[in-house]
Amino acid sequence: MFRNRGIAFKLILFFLLSSGVIFSAVSGYNYWFSRKTIERNVEDNARSIVLSTINRIEAVIRSVQKVPENLACFMEHGSCDKEELLLLLRKVVENNSEIYGGAIAFEPRGFDGEPVAFAPYFYKSKGEILFSDLASESYQYFYWDWYQIPKELDRPDWSEPYYDEGGGNILMATYSVPFYKKGEKRLFRGVVTADLSLEWLQEVVASIRVLQTGYGFLVSKNGMFVTHPLKELIMNATLFGLAEREGDDNLRKIGRRMIRGESGFVSLKGAAFGKPCRMYYAPIPSCGWSLAVVFPEDELMADVSQLNRTVIILGIAGIALLVIAVVYIARSITRPLREMARATGAIATGNLDVELPRSRSGDETGELLDAFRYMKESLKDYIRKLTETIASKERIESELKIAHDIQMSILPKIFPPFPDRKEFDIYAIIEPAREVGGDFYDFFFIDEENLFFIIGDVSGKGIPASLFMAVAKTLIKATAMKGIAPGEILTEVNRELSQGNDSCMFATIFCGILNTRTGLVLYSNGGHNPPFLLGRNNEVTPLKMGKGVVVGAWEGLAYQTEQIRLKPGDGLYLYTDGVPEAINEQGEFFSAEQLRRKIGEFHGASIQEMTVGIMKEILSFSHGAPQSDDITMMMIRFIEKSKSLS
Amino acid sequence: MITILLFILLMIGPSLAFGQGGPLKKATFLPQWKPQAQFAGYYMAKEKGFYKRNGIDLTILQGGPDRHASVYLTKDRTDFATLWLSTALRMQESGQPIVNVAQIIQRSALMLVAKKSSQIRRPEDLNGKKVSLWGDDFQIQPKAFFKKYQIHVRVIPQSFSINLFLRGGVDVASAMWYNEYHTLLNSGLDPEDLITFLFHEHGLNFPEDGIYTLKENFKKDPALSCSFARASLEGWLYAFSHTEETLDIVVRQMLQAKIPVDRIHQKWMLTRMKELILPGGTPTAMGVLQPTDYDRVAQELKRAGLIRRSSDLNHFFVRCVEDVSK
Repeated sequence: MFRNRGIAFKLILFFLLSSGVIFSAVSGYNYWFSRKTIERNVEDNARSIVLSTINRIEAVIRSVQKVPENLACFMEHGSCDKEELLLLLRKVVENNSEIYGGAIAFEPRGFDGEPVAFAPYFYKSKGEILFSDLASESYQYFYWDWYQIPKELDRPDWSEPYYDEGGGNILMATYSVPFYKKGEKRLFRGVVTADLSLEWLQEVVASIRVLQTGYGFLVSKNGMFVTHPLKELIMNATLFGLAEREGDDNLRKIGRRMIRGESGFVSLKGAAFGKPCRMYYAPIPSCGWSLAVVFPEDELMADVSQLNRTVIILGIAGIALLVIAVVYIARSITRPLREMARATGAIATGNLDVELPRSRSGDETGELLDAFRYMKESLKDYIRKLTETIASKERIESELKIAHDIQMSILPKIFPPFPDRKEFDIYAIIEPAREVGGDFYDFFFIDEENLFFIIGDVSGKGIPASLFMAVAKTLIKATAMKGIAPGEILTEVNRELSQGNDSCMFATIFCGILNTRTGLVLYSNGGHNPPFLLGRNNEVTPLKMGKGVVVGAWEGLAYQTEQIRLKPGDGLYLYTDGVPEAINEQGEFFSAEQLRRKIGEFHGASIQEMTVGIMKEILSFSHGAPQSDDITMMMIRFIEKSKSLS
Repeated sequence: MITILLFILLMIGPSLAFGQGGPLKKATFLPQWKPQAQFAGYYMAKEKGFYKRNGIDLTILQGGPDRHASVYLTKDRTDFATLWLSTALRMQESGQPIVNVAQIIQRSALMLVAKKSSQIRRPEDLNGKKVSLWGDDFQIQPKAFFKKYQIHVRVIPQSFSINLFLRGGVDVASAMWYNEYHTLLNSGLDPEDLITFLFHEHGLNFPEDGIYTLKENFKKDPALSCSFARASLEGWLYAFSHTEETLDIVVRQMLQAKIPVDRIHQKWMLTRMKELILPGGTPTAMGVLQPTDYDRVAQELKRAGLIRRSSDLNHFFVRCVEDVSK
């Protein structure tokens, strides 16, 4: 199927496939590489945003931590009465803008003069510094996280974020520092706390932007959302709750790493964040919370996808251009080829005047076209010459045919030639070869009783042989009419023909004179095949005769006259060498021996049946093979004197 | 099949008692804690009109740490309240006559939980550890548990959060299976990180939430109490078979009470409630206080010296609902 397609199709297909493969490989690598680069850039960006935000938060948190730490240190080393303590605490809250409130909470009997519980607390509310003693029946501060955890852990600790129910429902976290009574045994006396409003933290985290919709969020040590664009998650849900809701085990694992204080870059495939996202997270060291930035993967890839789309469009446009170029080139090659194919078809049908496409370039196609044009012109010239040659040949052939017809017409053709003469019978037949041949025969009465007969074969073929034969025949007839013996006739004819015979033509001739009354035959042979004598009793023998030389070749030859007396019923069978030399397709000759056998087979038949029958045998033997020589037979049968007399 | 039978029973009962068109009786109900899925059944019974159909115009009061159900009940500030069985027995001991009209939670959800990282595997491993316990009735089972396994622990008071345990301030903490245990899971601890001691698995099954009313109020209108009990049970069955709808109502209640809402946490709680209220998975003995449970709690309380004697079950528990399992 492909094999039968045109060059243009193959070229286009090849270029399209190969350039498509190259383009795919290049754009694929381009996409992969730019994707990697952008991923790395965005990861670096996310990491630096997270780390710089953490530094900002950390700076605030550390400065807040310092306050209760210093106060706790004072509680352990300094001493003051209740009034001074309250004033000190009030000043601390007043002078530290980041601190929302502060308390010093004592163990039962932890402070001098206070019987059970004492926990002075100053906090800001609408620009004022308010005081409250946390020790009350309804608020048993000993059992609250901010008191209990540092106490039990023996170290300062940030509480989980919580909503302050007293002052305006603000999200807060409390840093509590335990302090001790110095002495032989270190004794827990209470905690100093500082409340940090987390509103600024929410603002800091909310200001994080990565790509278009990427955002930051903060989770506490319990995985609780402290900040998140979705308000309903804040302080209501943990990362683990989100993971449980979405059935996302991976998110749970990530959450565990986050609250353990690890940092990392992760892919989130689940629906927890709406769509597949990337996330970078890192801990805030002082409070153990974890800050993360999340950004959708499709935004990460938006630029790459845009670039990739552009590259693909450019590539397709490029390939389209390439295809157009290929089509153009292919056309410029195939159009002359197609036209030449059409022209060749026309030339094949013989139209050499067909218009050839003009060659417009010097390339291979142009060369082919020039060569083709030259070939056409040469062919045309050749054919013109050939036509002329054929015409002249045909003229010659037609002339030859006329010559042949004339030649044949001078041979007696009417049988029986002498219907009133019953004492003998004569029959002759000639099968001319294609070309004008040189066989001839003749018979005529030279007086009342004597029948002259002759069979001959002129050497060579064609017009010269034909002319020579006509001359010889006329000459023989004229000479025979003198009434001289056959030997003398041949001698005289030889003399005449040999004179000025520059072309050295000659003829083999057998001639004889049958005395139709007595059956005596005088004969002479000039180099011809000896005729067969057919006896009454079907014996076939070659006629005995001396050697005679061909007639017309040499001057001064004398020919012998021999004689034989035919008995009634005897006959003579004369033939030219075209008979034994008749050839079949296998190149075998008919042969004199076979001729003799065939003659024998026709015993009892009339001479006409015999000659015609033998001719048929020869023709069936040769089976249409072209014969190089005329085939001529003549037969004479002497019948009876008495018959002729009566 | 049994569910359907019970439903038919619950729905035919009131119509036989009151008829359809009678005037609604006003009543109040106080759950013993803040709104959460622990009380989903009551919310749903009200939401779906089960109380109304039973002739009650019910007001559900908002519970919480500042509204002690026992106090509200004794001072007659509410007609009905939920209490733990142990709480109710101690109230009786102190001379406050109350009756149980339906025992809702059959299986104790109270538990101790420890991190495997503190090398605790068996109850005996608790010896010498810091254990945080809630106050009052929450300490009865743990103390019986420590006695049973002859363990001596350092008890630390436990407040409302589980953060002390999470931060490692104590080795062992108290937890409700339906609440704090899930909070632990959702604070990043995996079940495999934890070892749990559910008291009901240690022969200390104390049925928890039951519906109580003052004995004298019950005597005034026994039908009202039983209608309330039946409608509440109906509400629970509805809640179990309509989880999402129920969660919607629970969340709404919590938002109205301005309490942080974590729907997933409430879903866990509701699912656990079903297991605690219908321990066998079928409602055959739903709402029935089993004599064995009653005797066990009474005995443990006596052993702990919290009560000296207990009344007969039939004087304490009113069979508003038939025990279909028998």
